[in-house]
Amino acid sequence: MHSFGYRANALFTFAVTILGFMCAIASFTDSFNSPSPSVQVQVLKVNWFQKQPNGNDEVSMTLNISADLQTLFTWNTKQVFVFLAAEYVTPKHVLNQISLWDAIIQEKEHSKFTITTSNKYRFIDQGSNLRGKEFNFTLHWHVMPKTGKMLADKLVMPGYRLPAEYR
Amino acid sequence: MDCEGQKLAEQLMQIMLLSFAVIAIGAGYITASFQTMILTYAGGVVLTTLVTLPNWPFFNHHPLKWLDPSEAEKHPKPQPSVNVTAKKKFTSI
Repeated sequence: MHSFGYRANALFTFAVTILGFMCAIASFTDSFNSPSPSVQVQVLKVNWFQKQPNGNDEVSMTLNISADLQTLFTWNTKQVFVFLAAEYVTPKHVLNQISLWDAIIQEKEHSKFTITTSNKYRFIDQGSNLRGKEFNFTLHWHVMPKTGKMLADKLVMPGYRLPAEYR
Repeated sequence: MDCEGQKLAEQLMQIMLLSFAVIAIGAGYITASFQTMILTYAGGVVLTTLVTLPNWPFFNHHPLKWLDPSEAEKHPKPQPSVNVTAKKKFTSI
């Protein structure tokens, strides 16, 4: 027998199921977006370059980071987490990655930016391998959607080199 | 709510919710605003609730015709005594 409670239950269940499908469709529309971000990093100055008492090299630099990440944003994007990493090779480890700077961008307008900053996180090597070291700057980004799967990608910028001597 | 009304209420609920979902997705995609989609759909759910949940009169256009009491007295219920004796006879064997 049909009652108010029966109708209320049926309506509520159907409404929430449809909401799930709507979110899946919204997430699917993200696949039509082909992002084309651009980045440039300049080392304006090496502030100092020392060997720590525990034997590890440390370098501090002032960076100019200029990026346009606007094409990463869709209607289903909540925020973009972006970080800049330095990557290099040492005899002991094939790949060393150090995060030097990161930011959380929540508005599309803020994702086209130029920032001059010293490295937010310390650039410390495991050992004493940094003199004259060639390294890449890699910008990583994680696009966090409002519904659906997170997307992570990166852009590699090769061709940077640390000074040959401590200063 | 009568039988026809129940069917109408269920159909109306399903069609309204699906239509509002499609409209909401369209509105959200065009305005590039996830919030627009959610708010449009929420408004649609509230409207559907107001139309299909309460026992509106238009759901009762085909009411069941119950038998009039005066008519029922003219046709008395059959007596059960005949069946009981028949059963008894059977079990005695």
